[in-house]
Amino acid sequence: MTLSPTDNPSEIGVVSQDSAATTDAVDDPDGTSRRAAAASRNRRESDRRKVSSRRRKALDGVEDRGALSEADWRRPSIRWGMATTHVLLLVILVVAGLGPMLLLAKYAVTPTQDILRTPMAIFPNGIAWDNLDKAWNDVQVSRYFLNTIWLAVGSWASQILVATTGGYALSVLRPRYGKVVQALVLSTMFVPAIVLLVPLYLTILDPPLLGRSLINSFWAVWLPAGASAFNVLLVQRFFDSLPREVFEAARMDGAGPYRLFWSVVLPMSKPIIGVVSVFAVIAAWKDFLWPLLVLKDPAIQPLSVRLPSIEASTDLGVFLAALAISTLIPVGLFLVFQRMFLQGAGLGGAVKG
Amino acid sequence: MTATTAPPRRGPASHARADRDGRHRSPVTWFRGGGLSNLVFLLPLILIFGVFSWFPIVRAVIMSFQETNLVSDPTFVGLDNFRQVLNDPLLWKAVQNTLYFAFLALLFGYPIPLVAAVLMREVRRARGLYSALAYLPVVVPPVVAVLLWKFFYNGSPTGVFNTILGWVGLGPYPWLQDASTAMPSLVLAATWAGAGGTIIIYLAALTSVPPELYDASEVDGAGLWRKIWHVTLPALRGVLFITLILQVIGTAQVFLEPYLFTGGGPNNATLTVLLLIYRYAFQNSLGGDYGAATALSIMLAAVLAVFSILYFRLTRSWSTS
Repeated sequence: MTLSPTDNPSEIGVVSQDSAATTDAVDDPDGTSRRAAAASRNRRESDRRKVSSRRRKALDGVEDRGALSEADWRRPSIRWGMATTHVLLLVILVVAGLGPMLLLAKYAVTPTQDILRTPMAIFPNGIAWDNLDKAWNDVQVSRYFLNTIWLAVGSWASQILVATTGGYALSVLRPRYGKVVQALVLSTMFVPAIVLLVPLYLTILDPPLLGRSLINSFWAVWLPAGASAFNVLLVQRFFDSLPREVFEAARMDGAGPYRLFWSVVLPMSKPIIGVVSVFAVIAAWKDFLWPLLVLKDPAIQPLSVRLPSIEASTDLGVFLAALAISTLIPVGLFLVFQRMFLQGAGLGGAVKG
Repeated sequence: MTATTAPPRRGPASHARADRDGRHRSPVTWFRGGGLSNLVFLLPLILIFGVFSWFPIVRAVIMSFQETNLVSDPTFVGLDNFRQVLNDPLLWKAVQNTLYFAFLALLFGYPIPLVAAVLMREVRRARGLYSALAYLPVVVPPVVAVLLWKFFYNGSPTGVFNTILGWVGLGPYPWLQDASTAMPSLVLAATWAGAGGTIIIYLAALTSVPPELYDASEVDGAGLWRKIWHVTLPALRGVLFITLILQVIGTAQVFLEPYLFTGGGPNNATLTVLLLIYRYAFQNSLGGDYGAATALSIMLAAVLAVFSILYFRLTRSWSTS
């Protein structure tokens, strides 16, 4: 579960091993000359494929060899069968993945009466652009949108601060008690978030040393967001993979720990900071239960909390326009940072547990 | 798991220990050895985790043995909270519903991503488009997804799904309004929102299947199905188990769907364990029953810890082998 660039095992050693394995297979005593010829042809092809696959790998990070071989692909039954299957799969994916989004986009500009009477007809009575306008201004989606952005920015800052400084201390500085701290951080990954719900709520009601409740303050969301063991682990593992020689050189040149952090480690860590940032923003955008509990004042609630409560009192067309507006930023982020999302997808699931 | 040639991993940096000749330790050597700056860098982590993670976890354990309200000091009541929760007839309903949800989620959500991923692995052009389409529902904010599906599920004949099914002569179905169809409807929406993530996990695992295994099996004359059965699936064994555990951990904590779709209804048919915890703590007309809520969450955590530990062991052996 790494994202560090040096950790991709498929990049280096596999290729040479691969040809060795093929040679072994050719030495099979039962092998007829025909099969051996086929194998060597396969090998030549696989070499060619490897070159192109390496090129492609550099482009999209995957190696190109599935269960079907080049020889399989040359058989018409396979080719047509797979082509049909893939077109079918694409249609299903478009209907299931894109369909609901397209419908939402359509409803955002459809008059309410049309939505209710003929949901699947294509604009029988014209387009209602003012749904969007009403949602943005009258229902004050603009304000909740801004609240959501504030929550995301603050949560991002707190996560980045804790993860980079903590990861640096645990990976590079390594104090004696670092092992203990790290074990404590890791152990929180075993505790489901629900356990924290009530005691964390009480902590926010009466935080230590502050003397006033944090309820109805953005800090109530920002500060707990920083306590993400997953981020610390991710950043720490990335720092572990940075070349120590660079740190040594910087130390020789008289850089202290602060300078080393700011001028050497951070500039080298842009990829991982990008990953943590995207995750942080998306997580803040998705968060529902916690802001619902600690932000009671509607004026400071984010979209996720506000949308369910305006559902009953809002005109359907306007409400669906509000839903569409709320989807724009995450989907836009996804389209821009697609690779980062897809690479981190497996990790994203792990955080929730 | 299958990575046979992981690059040599840099061991724990031994040179960082150079400034740590702990012969005799006094405040001065501590300071010179960078003790202060170490602490400065660890401070945000220790403060944030201390106040918002470690302390609440300990507090949860303590609170589960206490009677807590916001007026008077908490008093220890032994196992009363646990007894109260275990005697609540709603708990068994909630456990049953959660298990039902988990079962349906496995039924819908386990085979579909696997088949989709194996097929997508063979796509030779525009595979990125396939993954992007599959992953798109995952990036839709869950609240938006639920509210949108709630509208789709409108039980009247002009609801979106009922209209579409009407084209082929089916329905109209009551979807969320009926106790028997409410839970499957929830699971269907949850599967839509989650399947893309699982597909991407499988795709990543499939790209790490060593190509020489396929080459070798072809030389031995294996056809497509035998290759999938004897090479692809065995290579996915580890990740299949991991997604299974993740799904169990995730579905045991399902909250958003029942809370927003149905509020636990109709007639408690979609009341889940998490929703019950939430009700104990925050939707109680008598004031929050924090003791019962923490007791139940501790019990749930104990059950899930088994799965978490399994998951952790697997992912660790998976990423270091």
